[in-house]
Amino acid sequence: MNDKKKDEIQFDHNHDGIDRRGFLKCMAWAGTGTLCVIQGGVLKSYSLSRLGELDRSHMSGELSFAQISDSHMGFNKPANPDVAATLKAAVEKINALPKPPEFLLHTGDISHLSKPAEFDTVDQILKGAKSKDVFFVPGEHDVFSDNGDLYRERYGKGTKGAGWYSFDKNGVHFIGLVNVMNLKAGGLGTLGQEQLEWLENDLKGRPASTPIVVFAHIPLWSVYPQWGWGTDDSEQALAYLKRFGSVTVLNGHIHQTMQKVEGHVKFHTAASTAFPQPAPGTADSPGPMKVPAEKLRSVLGVTSVEFVRGKHALAVVDSSLA
Amino acid sequence: MKRKYGIGFIAVITAILFVALSKEAVHVGATTKESAAQSNSAPAAVKIDNFSFGPAELTVSVGTTVQWTNRDDIPHTVVSTDGVFKSHALDTDESFSYKFDKTGTYPYFCSLHPKMTGKVVVQ
Repeated sequence: MNDKKKDEIQFDHNHDGIDRRGFLKCMAWAGTGTLCVIQGGVLKSYSLSRLGELDRSHMSGELSFAQISDSHMGFNKPANPDVAATLKAAVEKINALPKPPEFLLHTGDISHLSKPAEFDTVDQILKGAKSKDVFFVPGEHDVFSDNGDLYRERYGKGTKGAGWYSFDKNGVHFIGLVNVMNLKAGGLGTLGQEQLEWLENDLKGRPASTPIVVFAHIPLWSVYPQWGWGTDDSEQALAYLKRFGSVTVLNGHIHQTMQKVEGHVKFHTAASTAFPQPAPGTADSPGPMKVPAEKLRSVLGVTSVEFVRGKHALAVVDSSLA
Repeated sequence: MKRKYGIGFIAVITAILFVALSKEAVHVGATTKESAAQSNSAPAAVKIDNFSFGPAELTVSVGTTVQWTNRDDIPHTVVSTDGVFKSHALDTDESFSYKFDKTGTYPYFCSLHPKMTGKVVVQ
């Protein structure tokens, strides 16, 4: 019980509830299986074995949802010969959370080759989730064969352009962006002028106290441009979001968890439910990374997010499948 | 019989025919030569592996067919930046071929992973 006290804020110089030294210490632990929960700026850490303790009393909030990403249905190479099984395991993991999330966000690369059968399988598996609503944004693997027509036919109802949209839940404003269309040679992810104009309009007039959650496939910050891990025109989007007191950006694409905090914006990428990819610059290419079979589920994962009214930061918790 | 068209006329006609036939003979000869050149140049190969095209820059002669084969464990595409050619998604061990009939420089990339770029120079 004493270590719990040690993990909490010691020095709150900026009066924003975040102890940066503690935060950095926690980020170093993340790779060894410790969860860091930032709930309203108060930093708490739990080892993965104590995940069951994250019950309502620790994370009592008014809205909770889960993010899954990069299911790559149809992939069947050595890095993971059975991506359907690991997606099922991810759904079971979410179902087993102390508080089942109200809905799911899928941040893209639902399918591996944009095939109807692949989308069908994912839909089938997601039917097993206790959370019945799923919101999607496409990854490049979902739109390349037909410019996204099939993706939009299945998941694009009510969306604009290539499939962007926004919705509100319990006072939190969610924005799904598409940054995988019209990729240019040698380029990064791209949002495009039409979508940026839509975003500016969508945010106009909203009170700065509205918590915002943006979700898109490719990271909206520059994780590793050499591997295409960034979005070339996200600066403009972030400029529109700057005035809001709480912005959480959820991405996928890189098949590993990463976090970055910039002012009031918290960036977070999710693990894949299919296969991991190497950390930036640690391999020749960002392709599927093979790990010993018994380790596979420990490098795949899901993310749960909790919103507590009155607190500016959403609590984002990653858990691996094993 | 009127000899309006005398031997002179016949000679001219013959001469014209002769020239025409010769030209054709030359043309046929040239075509044969061209065909020989085409059938002698085996398809040039580009291997796709590790998120890269190898060789990244390939120089070939006009009329050569270039074949891209994906040896990576993730799908890739071959898309010309100028809209000249575009492959479907190539899974592991799948190939795409394109015959270059005009000289020029043809930059291309993978539309899934746009950092992957290559170039075919046709001379």
